[in-house]
Amino acid sequence: MAHPSVAVLEYHLVSYRRMWRSTLFSSFAMPVLLFVGVGAAVGEYVDRGDALPVPYLHYIAGGMLAFTGMQVAITESGFPVQSYMTWDKVYHGMAATPVRVADILAGHLLYIALRVAAASAAFLVVMVPFGAVGSAWAVLTPLVAALVGLSVAAPMFAYSASVTGPYLMTVMRFATMVMTFFSGAYFPVDQLREPLSLVAYPLPLWHGVELCRAAALGTGTAWPVAAHVGVLAAWFAGGLALAHPRFVKRLAT
Amino acid sequence: MSPARPSSDTPLIDARGLVKRFGDRIAVDGVDVAVHAGEAFGFLGPNGAGKTSTMRMIGCVSPPSGGELTVLGMDPLRDGAAIRARFGVCPQDDHLDPELTTGDNLTTYARYFGISRRDARRRAAELLDFVQLGERAGSKVSTLSGGMKRRLAIARALVNDPDVILLDEPTTGLDPQARHLVWDRLFRLKRRGVTLVVTTHYMDEAEQLCDRLVIMDAGKIVAEGSPPSLIERYCTKDVVELRFGDDALEPYADKLEGIGDRLEVLPDRILLYAADGDTVAPVLYGRDLAPSGVLVRRAGLEDVFLRLTGRTLVED
Ligand SMILES: Nc1ncnc2c1ncn2[C@@H]1O[C@H](COP(=O)(O)OP(=O)(O)O)[C@@H](O)[C@H]1O
Ligand SMILES: [Mg+2]
Repeated sequence: MAHPSVAVLEYHLVSYRRMWRSTLFSSFAMPVLLFVGVGAAVGEYVDRGDALPVPYLHYIAGGMLAFTGMQVAITESGFPVQSYMTWDKVYHGMAATPVRVADILAGHLLYIALRVAAASAAFLVVMVPFGAVGSAWAVLTPLVAALVGLSVAAPMFAYSASVTGPYLMTVMRFATMVMTFFSGAYFPVDQLREPLSLVAYPLPLWHGVELCRAAALGTGTAWPVAAHVGVLAAWFAGGLALAHPRFVKRLAT
Repeated sequence: MSPARPSSDTPLIDARGLVKRFGDRIAVDGVDVAVHAGEAFGFLGPNGAGKTSTMRMIGCVSPPSGGELTVLGMDPLRDGAAIRARFGVCPQDDHLDPELTTGDNLTTYARYFGISRRDARRRAAELLDFVQLGERAGSKVSTLSGGMKRRLAIARALVNDPDVILLDEPTTGLDPQARHLVWDRLFRLKRRGVTLVVTTHYMDEAEQLCDRLVIMDAGKIVAEGSPPSLIERYCTKDVVELRFGDDALEPYADKLEGIGDRLEVLPDRILLYAADGDTVAPVLYGRDLAPSGVLVRRAGLEDVFLRLTGRTLVED
């Protein structure tokens, strides 16, 4: 007999079968357009000055892959979670069966990890013809992106499960914006002045960007790989520690 | 479905002094109930009586704030998942996925009980037929009527072939035809020996479905018994409803003094309780009372509730 969390994952996959078309643009087309557009246009300037050791398009590719994963994860752990908890109460339906709260969380997070991995794998495939894949380590980038996805989804679950007002959109936008600017996807964070650049280090996306860029280009990471992975894992674990009791509480009332 | 009712005396659901608190508010205030295998048991009470809160504790999704609760001989806090595996639940607000088809709602749900994909599909088809939704197997739930959603929620509660089915207000908001269809399906389940636990604020539903029920008000049980025994205990056989086309009914009530066993003055009518309603009318006209409407009917649970709480069950 399959584990209950697998049954929950199956539910989300069945649900995705009904709406995958509507996610094609945001999960696949838009990141690719942004990559090619920014890479070509901005790259034109940046590469003239030889500011980077590699072409700009190659420089941003790995980071944008991680960024894409983060975006899918934030979207999937925002309104869907709020709706399952507050409006359609799909979670409540699950909670009336042998499925436990931990299974509900695990199944949904597993689904998000798969969605992120799929979106970043597609992005990786697009990177190849642009010459942006310089190392075999690149095959690991969808896995890293999935970890980035989990590291932002888990805390988002905790937030989305308990918020009913109009703030969810604001929080999602703000989190996305901060990570867009401060995670080094588009330019090295040390380009920022000292206090600002420090913003990057606690953000999960910066660690994802570092790992994915290094894997794609076959270069080194800013911190030891274990440290980057550790920060992502800590975000994930911390998010779970917040989300689980909130789910328990909301599902019991 | 479960075989014929086991002769065991141990109740399937045994609650003593059950309490549910939400902050300062006490939703369930010391409830004692014992539901036995094969029974159709009801919680009858107005909105806010604490029916849903009680059902959610029994269904092991909401922990009791006090009292003792044993379900299927197990402890809901420790064995919640094992208990829920043998329950079928039709919650008050459906909890269906509106974006999925009726069939997918059932098959995905069956998987939570560890039912194989193949059995889930077979079961879903059977159950959709059982609740007369066979032709809507491919329809999205958001396109169904309220009555269809309710039937789908009932079908979903049967997907694991449960020993006990919890139905929280199975027909609230449905039109009469849809209600009768739901009742018919619940009768069939009852005949198969499935234990039913139903909440309702419709006295006719309670009378139709329940072998035994408790009447709840403000978190407490105010009476318990079979529908006929409750009516016998708290009411006369007949009720005469009198209307006078007048807002001030007290003067009429005074004049009715001594007729029948008891009077209840409602905003729009007076209820006169008497063993034989037909003997009342001649006396009325003898006293020079000319009601604009006289209706003689059998006493029902509504009258029991009015007797016990001084209020009507369904606020008009
Ligand atoms: N989650 C909750 N938080 C706070 N109060 C609640 C909650 N659920 C129910 N109540 C309150 O508890 C009382 C009983 O509610 P409920 O069990 O839903 O009654 P019923 O199902 O009989 O209408 C009501 O006063 C209701 O407002
Ligand atoms: Mg209720």
